[in-house]
Amino acid sequence: MGFPDRIERTVELAHPPAKVWAALTTAEGLGTWFGNQATIDLHPGGSARMTWTAGHIADMRVERVEELTVFGFTWHIFGLPDDDPRRTYVEFTLEPVGAGTRLTVVETGFAQLPEDAHHKAFDGNTQGWASELGELTDYLDAA
Amino acid sequence: MPPDIEAIAEQVFVALADPTRRVILAALASDGPATATDLATRLPITRQAVAKHLGLLAEAGLVTAEPGERRRVRYRLCSAPMQVAQQFLAAMARDWDGPLEALKYRLDRDADERTATT
Repeated sequence: MGFPDRIERTVELAHPPAKVWAALTTAEGLGTWFGNQATIDLHPGGSARMTWTAGHIADMRVERVEELTVFGFTWHIFGLPDDDPRRTYVEFTLEPVGAGTRLTVVETGFAQLPEDAHHKAFDGNTQGWASELGELTDYLDAA
Repeated sequence: MPPDIEAIAEQVFVALADPTRRVILAALASDGPATATDLATRLPITRQAVAKHLGLLAEAGLVTAEPGERRRVRYRLCSAPMQVAQQFLAAMARDWDGPLEALKYRLDRDADERTATT
């Protein structure tokens, strides 16, 4: 079994990089082909959000912006609990090919572990909910 | 990539491949820590089978033994390996083909519309 850390796809689009760039980096673009609605603050460190009519939300943090060439962001790992701090990094690279664009998307970081995961995975986490519930009890008792 | 991560995920999938172990893990997940006797009472599994599977799950780090009431060992679900396995599943479930198709379709359609209106 190989643990996939990286996913990569390339598509050839019959449209110039400027059009593809707009589709990837504007609220109007992201909100049509990817999400159903989107907001984006396009600079490194800026936040972006896509929402779907079904209720799903994806919060992104813009990491790399190189006009017409590279757009990178991180987002929460799909399927992990909402409060899990791990994120994958997604990078779109645009390359002009004739009148069109070769678009590559690379998502990395699926195999990352948080710093204490090894410790937790082997050491047997005897804290967890028991202590959380204990804290809740203490809190309620104190009130 | 740390080398053990694959081993951790594999242990989770091996554990989940067995229906009896799935039932035991599900019981610990939904109702919290329990002794082998509790589990044997609640589930259609013999005490011996429960003990055997708990031993295997403990070795895989998926449950931990802890002292319970009247000095009986209680087993608790350990979630960290599950989270590692979830990352594997997340990579499998991440669908880029769908969105990229949608992007292509969208750009082509916009271009067609523009051609049609000019």
